[in-house]
Amino acid sequence: MTDPQPRILYCHCQYAQVVPKEVKDGVLRKLCDSGVAFEAVADLCEMSARRDPALQRLAAEGTVKIAACFPRAVKWLFHQAGAPLPITAAEVLNMRVQSADEVAAAILSPELSPNLPVGKVTAKDAPLAEESAIRNPQSAIS
Amino acid sequence: MSLSTPSLRVVLYEGSGAQPLESADRYAAMSALLEKGYAVTRSAADRPVSPADRSPLLVLGRFDGHVPEVAESDVPLRFHDITGLAPAQLGDVVETTRSETGAAKHGEWKPWFPVIDYDRCTNCMQCLSFCLFGVYGVDTEKRIQVQNNDNCKTNCPACSRVCPEAAIMFPKYKAGPINGDVVSESDLQKEKMKVDISALLGGDVYEMLRLRSEKAKSRFSKERDSDKALAERQKCLVKLAQAGDIPPEVLMSLPSPAEIARRAGEAAAKAKAALEAQP
Repeated sequence: MTDPQPRILYCHCQYAQVVPKEVKDGVLRKLCDSGVAFEAVADLCEMSARRDPALQRLAAEGTVKIAACFPRAVKWLFHQAGAPLPITAAEVLNMRVQSADEVAAAILSPELSPNLPVGKVTAKDAPLAEESAIRNPQSAIS
Repeated sequence: MSLSTPSLRVVLYEGSGAQPLESADRYAAMSALLEKGYAVTRSAADRPVSPADRSPLLVLGRFDGHVPEVAESDVPLRFHDITGLAPAQLGDVVETTRSETGAAKHGEWKPWFPVIDYDRCTNCMQCLSFCLFGVYGVDTEKRIQVQNNDNCKTNCPACSRVCPEAAIMFPKYKAGPINGDVVSESDLQKEKMKVDISALLGGDVYEMLRLRSEKAKSRFSKERDSDKALAERQKCLVKLAQAGDIPPEVLMSLPSPAEIARRAGEAAAKAKAALEAQP
């Protein structure tokens, strides 16, 4: 039995203008044109702040390719959400610096090239946020 | 609503029992929903997607009037026929379901908060000592962590500039290494220099702020021309804002000097206690 294709996660970085619009729209369009299954989220940062259980689902099973921003940021955003990504099973494409064509070609390729930074500690060793510390983001609105 | 309120998960279903979407329609639908803040799963047979959890689930599809019946489900599950609906109308359909299921609302808070790179962090507590807003704390083993990300001041990256290891990221920041880009040796030298600059200014940025504020007050009392005094105060704040890339509105919203001193003292005490408790 062959291994399943890596799952695909696309981040729309909805709440900031740091990812060029033509890149994120271009990647989304190519994903839609390809007919493949994928998960699209409005904003990974927001999900991390919420500790959205969807991040745990995404990090927990099999291999995953993520179109978002810098691999270092994505690695620790997942970690801070209590959903550390498996170092050897995740590839992050960076829509802040890569073109839509480059990102789409890599994300639709069956090959996985894990590229999360490997540092002095593993994500598993690093402290996770305590549940009791989770607060209401609405209180920050003023 | 709290951070633990589950988000609505939307599935765009094009399998058996539903008409497939043209790729342009699929793109338009996905875009419309993402821009409203929703997560959307496009399922297909080629590869797996994440399984359902306890989050409410809304399945959209062109069912041609034959909407599947909801079988017994552990999660709030709904189907909606989107045959003939324009992308803009999808947002309304999903928003109605979100409201009815009590799922999280999106878009009212810009997700701006520090993310710690534990590959780099040395647990020196400078960030805990620096932050006036209680964003940082320590876990039971006295390791630094972000505890109240919603307390962080939008667009302010100041704490990342006091970190001697460039271990604090703000993924939505404009430039590296604060945005998560690879940290170079020259970045590290710059970061160290920033700490040295704050030391030159008196060793404590908040003490500097307090002194500036007092000087400004003194000028206010002496100056007859209040516009001139205000201009001077603004000049000081602009200088400080430029040095740390702190948004002027954050500086302008700082509490009174006494309150700044109290909070700074509290933060420093927390950091000291955490450092003393380290093995």
